[in-house]
Order: sequence, then C-alpha cells, then structure tokens
Amino acid sequence: MITVTSARKNYGPFAALDDVSIDIPSGSLTALLGPSGSGKSTLLRSIAGLEGLDSGTVTIEGRDVTHEPPQRRGIGFVFQHYAAFKHMTVRDNVAFGLTIRKRPKAEAAKKVDELLEIVGLEGFQHRYPAQLSGGQRQRMALARALAVDPQVLLLDEPFGALDAKVRTDLRQWLRRLHDEVHVTTVLVTHDQEEALDVADRIAVLNKGRIEQVGDPVTLYERPANDFVMGFLGSVAHLGGQLVRPHDIVLERDRATALALDAKVADSPGVIDAVVERVVPLGFEVRVDLRADSGERFAAQITRRDAAQLHLREGETVHARAVARSSVVDVDPALAI
Amino acid sequence: MTADTDQQRRGPRPGTDAAPLPARPDAPRPDGIRPEDSGSLDPQESARPGDTAAGAPPSARGALGGLRRPLGVGVVTLWLSVIVLLPLAALTVAAFGEGLSGFWAAVTAPTALAALWVTVLVSAVVALANAVLGTLVAWVLVRDEFRGKRVVNALIDLPFALPTIVASIVLLSLYGPNSPIGVELNATRWGLVVALLFVTLPFVVRSVQPVLIEADREVEEAAASLGASGWTTFRRIVLPTLAPAILSGTGLAFARAIGEYGSVVLIGGNIPRETQVASQYIQQQIEIDRPLNAAAVSVALLAIAFVTLLVLRVVSSRTLRREERDA
Repeated sequence: MITVTSARKNYGPFAALDDVSIDIPSGSLTALLGPSGSGKSTLLRSIAGLEGLDSGTVTIEGRDVTHEPPQRRGIGFVFQHYAAFKHMTVRDNVAFGLTIRKRPKAEAAKKVDELLEIVGLEGFQHRYPAQLSGGQRQRMALARALAVDPQVLLLDEPFGALDAKVRTDLRQWLRRLHDEVHVTTVLVTHDQEEALDVADRIAVLNKGRIEQVGDPVTLYERPANDFVMGFLGSVAHLGGQLVRPHDIVLERDRATALALDAKVADSPGVIDAVVERVVPLGFEVRVDLRADSGERFAAQITRRDAAQLHLREGETVHARAVARSSVVDVDPALAI
Repeated sequence: MTADTDQQRRGPRPGTDAAPLPARPDAPRPDGIRPEDSGSLDPQESARPGDTAAGAPPSARGALGGLRRPLGVGVVTLWLSVIVLLPLAALTVAAFGEGLSGFWAAVTAPTALAALWVTVLVSAVVALANAVLGTLVAWVLVRDEFRGKRVVNALIDLPFALPTIVASIVLLSLYGPNSPIGVELNATRWGLVVALLFVTLPFVVRSVQPVLIEADREVEEAAASLGASGWTTFRRIVLPTLAPAILSGTGLAFARAIGEYGSVVLIGGNIPRETQVASQYIQQQIEIDRPLNAAAVSVALLAIAFVTLLVLRVVSSRTLRREERDA
C-alpha cells in the first residue's frame, strides 16, 4: 500500500499538488490520469522521492519515506524517454541496480537472464540501447526497474514516446506482465483510453487535486463531476446536461421519444434537433446535431439504427438520453 | 515548472548551438568531440555527388551547394596546402637537411631533449589539471545557480581573448618578484604550469559545457531510483557520457600547451634544462643561427601534437560509433 497524505507542492505561485491524499492498494495497477499540468507526474515523482513535497507524507508499505531519498524507497521508476544508459549494453543496463549492490555475479546474471526473458529481449543482451527500437528500449527500462525487486513500480507516461501501434501492444503486454509479477504499479498517463485499458484503478487529477478515484467502470458510468466525465470519454451537451454520445437515442416519432423519456427520472428531456452531418465511423455513426436552442451536440448510434432512421442532413429528429448513470449536470462555471 | 512540462525541459535548446565561441580560430569548438560533424571542409563531403540533395549538414549545403564538385575539392586542397601542408613539408625538409643522423643529433642534444621533456611534462600536468577542474567549472556553470554566473561564464573566454604576452605580464604581476601575495613562481616550473593553465582554461570547460547542458537528467534520476549514490551516478553514468568531451578538451589543451610561447616567455625565465620550453628553445636556436636545430625540435613538437590529435580522433569516433547511432 502506498499512502499519500495531504501532499502539497508549489512551483512559485503554481500549485502542482494541492492537498492530495490517496491510498494505492498493494498489488494494484493504478493509473494517475489527468491533463498536462494536473499534477499527476508531480505526484508520481513525489512517491519516488525525485520531487520533495512542501508538506504532507508518503508511506510505502507502512514505512514513512517522506524524507528518504529515492535510493532508499524501494522503488522502480520508468521514464517516458527511457532514460537508458547509452554507454552500457542491454545486459549492463538491466544489471545496473544489482551491480551497484555488489550482488554475486552469478546471481545477478541469472536474474538478468530471467528478466530479459520476461520482457522478451533475450538475445539482445549485447546490444546498445541505440540499437533497439523505442518499444524495446522501454521494455529494457522496465526490466532494469524490476531487477532491484522494487516494492512499487512507478511509470511516468511510459508509452508516451511510442507510436500508436506499439503503444497499444505494449500496454496490453504491461497488463499481462502485471498479472504475472503482481508488483504494486502506478502509471501516469494523460490518455484515458490507456488508463481504461490497463488500470484496475484510476485516479483522475485536475489542477493539483484528485477529482475521483475508482475502478474504470465506476469512473466511466458514475463520474463524480463533469470534469471526470469529460476526461474519461467523449461527451455531448444536451439540455444543460452532459451525456455520453452513445447514450443518446434518436427517434423520428416525437411521441415514441416522449414515452420512453418518461421512464427516466430527471432527464434532460426530449430535444428537437436538426441533423447537420452524418459521419460513418466504421461500426458506429456519428450524427452532428443542432438543437432548437442553437446548442450543438453529437450522438453516436449504431449503423443499423442509422440505416433504419434514414437520416438526412437538414431533417429534424428527437433526441433523448437513455442511460441516467452517465448524465452529469454541467457545472455552471464551465458551461459553454 | 511541474513535471508535466518536462517536455519543455527536454525539448531542443535553441541557445546551445550558439554557445559562446571564443573569437580566435584555434579556439576549442563546442562540438569538439565530433569533428566529423562539421565536415563542410572535408574533401569527401564535398566530393559527394548530388550536392544539393538532402542528407548532409546544412552548413555544407550553404557553403558548397553552388560549387561544382571539382572546383570545391580544388579550392579546399589548395587552401590546406598553402596554409598547412606546404609549410609543414618545408619545415620537415629543413629538419632533415643533414640527414636522419643530423636530425637525431639535433633532437637528442641535452638542452633540446630537456626542453622537450619540460614541455611535455608541464603540458601533461596542465592537461590533467584541466581535465578535472575544467569539468568541475563546466559542471558548476551548468548545474548550479548563483549570482554572477553569466559574468563567470564570460570570464572563461578571457584568457583566450588576451594576447598571450599580456597573460604573461598579468601573471608576473601577481606571482612574479615582489608578489603582492607572497607567492613567487617566476622562473619555476610551477610558473609555467600556472601560465599554461591560464591560457588553456576554456578548452575543457567549453567542450564539456554543451554536452552537460544536453545531458538527460532523467538518466541520473533513473540511476538514483536504482539505488546509486550521487558519486556512483557521477562515476558510472555521467562521467562516461562526458568522457569524450573531457578527452577532447584535454587533448586540445595539451596540444595548445605544447606549442605555447607568449604566456611562458616572461614568467618561465627561460632557464635551460629547468624552465626552458621547446618553443623558447626553438626561438633561442634561431637567434644563435642554428636553423637545423630549430627545425628538428619543431618537427618533434609537430609529431607530438599530431599523435595527440590522432589519438583524440580515434577515441572520439569509436565512442560515436557506439553511442550515436541513436535514431
């Protein structure tokens, strides 16, 4: 368990962490999700000891490490840009933590071989980092961090520098690795898809504060506020409320729409809107709409529904939200 | 700055390429570690077909892009010949004017040998001191924040801007007879060392500085997270990264020290077998009309400088081959 209590960190007048408290359970894979400047990296680096807190405490597995340097926190850290030791071979990179601990050579070699196998770099021992691809370098960095048997593994935007395909592969690989190794892992990302994909818990940060912590389903379906809702998926403004575009149903017949709407308490109601554009997105179709009030929003419906509706640009349809769980009142301060 | 804005910290630094360059042509280049990269005057570079195509350094494009290939090669060859190769060849011919035995006798004459020995010894001490202290100065200038940092930074180049004879007078007024601080170094080898340290100050500093600015701080953080102490991190992670630059700066400082004349002429005292350096010996031999001796010792100096630069070149290209294949 990692416990951060009342953490504060200012850079001049800018509050990177504004009274942040969070518990990260042992063995979990937790994502710190937020836009840039939200404090997520600062929080991670504070757990690692790479950044000192102005106030607050950090404990790792019951040990207060607030004033310990990174060397004595029992952590493994993986950086966005790999931070590879360029003048060392892959083997020496991975062995670094063991070498400086003066572990017996044979023991270290065995450990390094095991790790290289886990990260799929067996056969690359004698290469230099410059001879590896980005994905391989990041896997090397992971093996290097795991070599010292850290109590917690901290990953700072680990896939941020990789191209889209490698990124997807690598995060699924990370998920499987975590299921094997079970080390408490904290991952910083600004990519909600990545967080939903790999993490079993997500903490959403904004402006140096934690907005909500929970499992991906909870956060997606019951966001605490419109920021969390907006950050975890696309949203549409519908009658003063935020809804997921795929939770908007379009009907030709107003009576049908009204009848169905009545089943949902506190609904934004049936909105009459003009179809502005129909965009096929593969499995789904995005319909850009303009309500009578002038408010623009998008609905996402299946191909089949779209075909049945025969939507054409300029026609009027009746829109309503169906899933109450993902409706959040718009914060007046943020309303468009 | 939050860690979230790391991108900015790591981003390209526009100021780096324009690191303050000493004005003199023999000044150490900030990119001293990789002479290959500035290949615009390299005959092979300009000999490549398709001169205006992409792929070569922009400087080469700009300077030679409009020239026909044979013309470019011709100008470069002629220039280097007139400036460097022919004078050196003439010197070598003069040195061997009385055959190999004459050359050998001139170089191994006790005072000549002593002068060469003093030169190499003092230069080696100076080069080593530069390697350590120059790196430290560069480190402090890059990593530490303090008042007057920019002034100190500008000060580094001052010994370069001064005529070396002025350096000699400056040092003599502090360390000479009637030294205001009671340290009299004139006519001692320490005097030579101080004078040469003065004029070679910028070499290591200016070659290490840009490398240190570009150095990835996260690599050091990674080492720390793996349990490495500050010293271990410096020794095993930072130093290997800086090594080519330190070596390059040290080599240039050594080469410069070997040939230095002006700054040692007053403080050194020119005592044969004690503080007389090779350049002073050469001057003396010319004055007493022994041009062969002068030429022979010059060739010996030339050989030492050449070997120094050759070693540098080999070592740095080796390091480059290993590390810089980076995409």
